[in-house]
Amino acid sequence: MSIMTEAEAKTILAKVIKLSTADECTAQLTGSIEGNIRFALNNVSTSGVVSDTDLAVTVAFGRRVGTATINEFSDAALARVVKRAEELAKLAPENPEFVPAVEATTYKPSDTFSQATAAITPDQRAEVARASIEPCRAQKLVAAGFLQDQQSFVAFANSKGAFGYQRATSMDYTCTVRTADGKGSGWVARNLQDSAAFKASSDIEIAMRKASASAEAQALEPGKYTVILEPNAASGLISFMFNYFDARQADEGRSFLSKKGGGNKLGEQVFDPRVTFMADPWDKELPVYPWDEQGRPRERMPLVENGKIANLLYSPYWAQKSGKKVTGRPGNVIMSGGTKSTADMIRETERGILVTRTWYIRMVDPQTVLLTGLTRDGTFYIENGQLKHPIKNFRFNESPVIMLNNIDELGRPVRVSEGGRMSMMIPAMRLRDFTFTSLSDAV
Amino acid sequence: MDRRQFLAACGIGAGGVLLPGFGRAIAAEQLVETLDVAVKKRLADAAMTAATAAGASYCDVRVGRYLRQFIQTREANVQGVTNTESSGVGVRVIAGGAWGFAATNSFSAEAVADTARLAVAIAKANAKNQTAPVQLAPTKGVGEVKWATPLRRNGMEVSLQEKVDLLMRVNGAALKAGANFVNSSLFLINEQKYFASTDGSYIDQDVHRIWSPFTVTAVDKTTGKFRSRDGLSAPMGMGYEYLDPQAKDKTLSPNGIISYGNSYDMVEDAQAAAVQAREKLTAKSVKPGRYDLVLDPNHLGLTIHESVGHPLELDRVLGYEANYAGTSFATLDKRQAHFQYGSEMVNIMADKLQPGSLGAVGFDDEGIKTKRWPLIQDGKLVDYQATRDQAHILGKTESDGCSYADSWSTVQFQRMPNVSLQPGKKPLSLNEMIAGVEDGIYILGRGSFSIDQQRYNAQFGGTLFYEIKNGKITQPLEDVAYQMRTPEFWNACSAICDERDYRLFGSFFDGKGQPSQVSAVSHGSSTTRFNGINVINTARSLG
Repeated sequence: MSIMTEAEAKTILAKVIKLSTADECTAQLTGSIEGNIRFALNNVSTSGVVSDTDLAVTVAFGRRVGTATINEFSDAALARVVKRAEELAKLAPENPEFVPAVEATTYKPSDTFSQATAAITPDQRAEVARASIEPCRAQKLVAAGFLQDQQSFVAFANSKGAFGYQRATSMDYTCTVRTADGKGSGWVARNLQDSAAFKASSDIEIAMRKASASAEAQALEPGKYTVILEPNAASGLISFMFNYFDARQADEGRSFLSKKGGGNKLGEQVFDPRVTFMADPWDKELPVYPWDEQGRPRERMPLVENGKIANLLYSPYWAQKSGKKVTGRPGNVIMSGGTKSTADMIRETERGILVTRTWYIRMVDPQTVLLTGLTRDGTFYIENGQLKHPIKNFRFNESPVIMLNNIDELGRPVRVSEGGRMSMMIPAMRLRDFTFTSLSDAV
Repeated sequence: MDRRQFLAACGIGAGGVLLPGFGRAIAAEQLVETLDVAVKKRLADAAMTAATAAGASYCDVRVGRYLRQFIQTREANVQGVTNTESSGVGVRVIAGGAWGFAATNSFSAEAVADTARLAVAIAKANAKNQTAPVQLAPTKGVGEVKWATPLRRNGMEVSLQEKVDLLMRVNGAALKAGANFVNSSLFLINEQKYFASTDGSYIDQDVHRIWSPFTVTAVDKTTGKFRSRDGLSAPMGMGYEYLDPQAKDKTLSPNGIISYGNSYDMVEDAQAAAVQAREKLTAKSVKPGRYDLVLDPNHLGLTIHESVGHPLELDRVLGYEANYAGTSFATLDKRQAHFQYGSEMVNIMADKLQPGSLGAVGFDDEGIKTKRWPLIQDGKLVDYQATRDQAHILGKTESDGCSYADSWSTVQFQRMPNVSLQPGKKPLSLNEMIAGVEDGIYILGRGSFSIDQQRYNAQFGGTLFYEIKNGKITQPLEDVAYQMRTPEFWNACSAICDERDYRLFGSFFDGKGQPSQVSAVSHGSSTTRFNGINVINTARSLG
């Protein structure tokens, strides 16, 4: 029952809407089956499957809102959950920022489901672990990795006639390979919707090469360097920045997108003109649901276009208050880039540092989006188009806003593994004057 | 999920239909209900019988009901009141020498037995490539037992109105004292956990936690500058009594900053925060260099957490967390060599017993009775934190009781106990400590924190910074962060206030593992001095 068909979901949702006596009622069914396998020290450590299905009912009497949920779907259970939501709404304080439920609309479906991912079995997961571990064991390397796959569905309806149903899949693979003496470490990450495109046996080679090549790292003085951030290294910084794209925060004067004297930087040149970030639920590589968490239809829209702030993120309440059109909150961010691979970009670099992965990134100063974090699992010095030698890891103190004004070149965007923060496609990027502030002894 | 993601998830709020990933929303009155122990035992027995029949050599079952209440406000508005419940059954087995895990939200004996069989099938699939079979430290079943967080007032029984009124008073106080914005929240957590294992344990526990954070922001529109000041509370393993302030639990610094111990005056702190946030707008930007740092317990707790708590997690040391959280510089050979982790006055204890702490439980999620043990003695590394399948690696015959899962649906693994710096043995007050500092910075509250994957290189910010010159606090500072290398930092520890100054810091959402799980843990300390620490200036210009 974890994954319902559209007809099954529609029947339940229609019953719920009919049962409610509130001014408005929204019901949402969600279900998922998640499988995972984790391995370390060349052995499987944990592995499991978790399934869950929930019905959430939100009702409003005027500006009083109540939400209740249940995971049973008998008629009696549906009556219970509606009654409970209505009781909660009557007890709740009035919400002055209440916005009515979304009007009936047609959602253009996005292609978020892949059969191969939904069909992954425990044996296939074990095979991914084996394909990662065996070549490492053969070369006296040590693998630690994680594969997580998920199939899910969302169905919702409201008393205004809105209805949506869609299924989705995703898989995320990461593997760290270390040399037996702990002096070298490499990493690979793969984020896909369709697991048919995934081959652990070839991905693992990337991590193995980096592990072997990164042993005996030399120390470079901290300072400003030209860097090539691989997509997964760059995304860690960029995803933080989008936490500050909220229009209300900017209008209130507490964001890097606030303007001196009041207002926000909408329309202003904030980044290098090559920087464009699009939200697009129908993107072929990275489709997401065509509605947001509140059922509002998403749109294809630029957030940054040619370095200018093209759109800020408005909550429905703030959009209404600011006289803006209410749109769905984006579910993905796709950064434009070029066609070059990371390897191409290395070949064209005279001197610089290749960063495989960034780690433990935290906000230091929201005023400037200054972030700190470290490099890990494959940091190399580049000279005359070649990886000259491995270098010790650095701590950086850098702002993505400054970084995206120091672009030398952008590579080909790829899906990045972001641990659920935000679905993103990010290119590798060569940047000038990236600020490393100290050395780390960590491998 | 880390704290930021958690807060973002909660931000969906009551107006939305998607709930935080923590389960189903329920009515407030259901937060005080409990599941019948007999029902839980029947489910556990069904799982263990099915798992054993399917070939498991060991099985444990966790029947969990995880309740959370979140109240979020900003200024005069209640943004969301959410009551959630997540209930289900997680079954972990060993078959063929490998672990397998499966979980279901169904409470039918049949579904739970099916889940147990799935866990066995997963274990058998994993066993094919397993080179080293799982080795469990022996433990005796404890039969049917109970444990509960000692509470004076169950937060789940306090009316919504009383809680909302408190947060509105907090916000009102901050705004009146000059804040432009204030966000305040209240998080209550109740884990009703039933653990059973084929060793013969049936353990019913009722665990409560509370956290009341706020952020006050001051904006100067003419300069475009904004600064925030977070509350100085600590999340605690307590009931609502934590929010009933007692004069005895307050500590006053020489410059009038009030810190809190086992109870918290949230309104008073919000008022101070507004004044201090505005003060931060014009505070002196720190001159980079080496300073003697005087670190308040509500700041030092996070430094202990990152630079002692995590590196001494045995799974990290061994390499089990290499792909995500990382490994550790504190390798096993360092324990044998009595590695000088810190100066001789540094004594750090692991603990799962301390009343009021977030880590206190009667038994861990493997059914092991909890205890207290030393990690660092007189500055020397002496021990780690282990679970049942790790104890043999340290030559131990019992687990340290450090197993935890954040949900019925997640698999339990090694998590940090409370890790606390013991108070100084010689009498020393905060005032006396500051009086002895020539050129230093006094830091309170948590700020940004980042540390490498082997826990060597760390950088910490804070909430409040004050310049110390010739034994006196002179003025507030801004743009302060200190960078450190763990062993050098702890060896630079030169003074620790005595037990009168001892307070708990807490981390409510400590992330670890894949899939990432959160846990809550406390770190106690007294105000502590570290000599000659590298301080950087974090101010930048966006042009």
